[in-house]
Amino acid sequence: MEAMALDRSPDGEALRAQAARIRGRVVEMCHASKSAHLGSSLSCVDVLTAAYWHALRIDPKRPDDPKRDRFILSKGHAAMAIYATLAMRGYFPEEELATYNQDDGRLAEHPPANLLPGVEAATGSLGHGLPIGLGSALAGRIKGQDYRVFALLSDGENNEGSVWEAAMFGAGQKLENVCVIVDYNKWQATGRSNETLALAPLRDKWAAFGWDAHEVDGHDVAKLAELMANVPNGSGKPVALIAHTVKGKGVSFMEDDNNWHYRAPTAEEVTEAHRELGLI
Amino acid sequence: MRNAFADELTKLGQEDPRVVMLSGDIGNKLFDKFKDAQPDRFFNCGVAEQNMMGVAAGMAMNGMRPVAYTITPFITTRCLEQIRTDAAYHEVPVTIVAVGAGLSYAGLGPTHHACEDISFLRSIPNMVVMAPGDAWEVRAALRAILRQDRPVYMRMGKKGEPVIHSGPIEDFEIGKAITIEDGSDVCLLSTGNMLPEALEAGRLLGEQGISTRVVSFHTVKPLDEACLADAFQRFQRVVTIEEHSVIGGLGAAVAEWAVDTGVDARKLMRIGTPDKFFKKSGEQEFARECLGLTGHQIAERVCATVEQRTSAVS
Repeated sequence: MEAMALDRSPDGEALRAQAARIRGRVVEMCHASKSAHLGSSLSCVDVLTAAYWHALRIDPKRPDDPKRDRFILSKGHAAMAIYATLAMRGYFPEEELATYNQDDGRLAEHPPANLLPGVEAATGSLGHGLPIGLGSALAGRIKGQDYRVFALLSDGENNEGSVWEAAMFGAGQKLENVCVIVDYNKWQATGRSNETLALAPLRDKWAAFGWDAHEVDGHDVAKLAELMANVPNGSGKPVALIAHTVKGKGVSFMEDDNNWHYRAPTAEEVTEAHRELGLI
Repeated sequence: MRNAFADELTKLGQEDPRVVMLSGDIGNKLFDKFKDAQPDRFFNCGVAEQNMMGVAAGMAMNGMRPVAYTITPFITTRCLEQIRTDAAYHEVPVTIVAVGAGLSYAGLGPTHHACEDISFLRSIPNMVVMAPGDAWEVRAALRAILRQDRPVYMRMGKKGEPVIHSGPIEDFEIGKAITIEDGSDVCLLSTGNMLPEALEAGRLLGEQGISTRVVSFHTVKPLDEACLADAFQRFQRVVTIEEHSVIGGLGAAVAEWAVDTGVDARKLMRIGTPDKFFKKSGEQEFARECLGLTGHQIAERVCATVEQRTSAVS
């Protein structure tokens, strides 16, 4: 197990550079596979970077260590982002990213069960990751282990009733070692998330459900790293970070344009994206 | 059955530190002994079954043996996707225990009836589907479930059903049916809480000179294929009996098996509930009578289709 994350403060510059590299890989993967969910993947890269390169107490060589922190990508449609993250963090070879969405591989369009190191739970149907995370946290409590559980949800995912069942349960059980991060990119598949269901005020909703809820810039990777590393934060409550993000973040012509929920970039657009990300 | 379940689970909770009890806000006082003995391993999850099932899966992924319990429709259809995706797809040892299967809670109306659960659950990969026939089978099944590593669905009746076995069933195995009475003309395969009706039907058929084997077919998935092969070979009629729809239940499973294996499927007769909601008020006994599921009605239905062998009549 690596040294406690709390021993060091986040290196913002290094984290931003890492996030850019992940975005570059995600754009390449989307182009090669012609798959959907590029915008949703790009919006949560800073959260993943803050988690895997700072906050989480993990050892990629020991993905099944019982004492590891658990990170559950509940918004499983951001599979490209978690695959690039896990590979670049050392859970499996980066070359395998080229097999994404190809025949006979391990990297399907949603993360698989019991197949890929570092994937804590198979997700893709929304509203499942948090209940699984709460069960994981309770198992730790029963066994006297102090690992933390992080669940990354999409804003559209907050439409699911099971999310709010879980919110009440997590607060009721005072699971202060659990942290929800909502990737609040203001879009769901076919429309503005606040025009679809009445999502706002989202922080107030989580607070009303008994969580220590905070709004945060979901692209301030250093701040995210600090807040996530600080779980449990002394409030005695589970923590909810409402991370304000931009769908398609990092590539100007993808930002806040919901066409990139389903569109894949051309080769020229990949080059342009890499240029904007400072990778070439 | 439910009291036996609570009692056996309390014992298992003391024997196995991995056992965790999750209740969907039912069983008032039923689990008091478990709670007293294991306060940190009992969770009232409230009326929130989707979350309860996901929590159970998360626990099972992390080395625990959660047992999730509430009334049948709410722990099956209400959270079917969590059962499928969180428990079965991850292939983790979640034990799903349903109370009030079939028409046990007839008086509560169709919202509380459960005549489709076997059908749903057995179509899910990795799932084991069980329906013990009495309180002793419930105890034995629960022990057997916690000795293995797959997700299991166990449907029970309510409380106060006749006790069939005389004591603990030492050689109980998941997927191995139990012959309660033996015979040579007709084989009744009963699953779950229909066992007393099947035994009554067997007794009445015997009085008619029809020698009847009665089997407690407590596991619907995986099927006891050896038991079925023997039944279709030796008996002129094989009858499935269940308080469950004829669509997708034990009878359907046996019919599928019969067609796939090439035995004489014409021997099969399926007794279950019709493809209809039962909307009348009244208790379980009344509902069974209306649907032709009581022992004497089963005997009459079977008798009408059996060639009585004069040699078998003394």
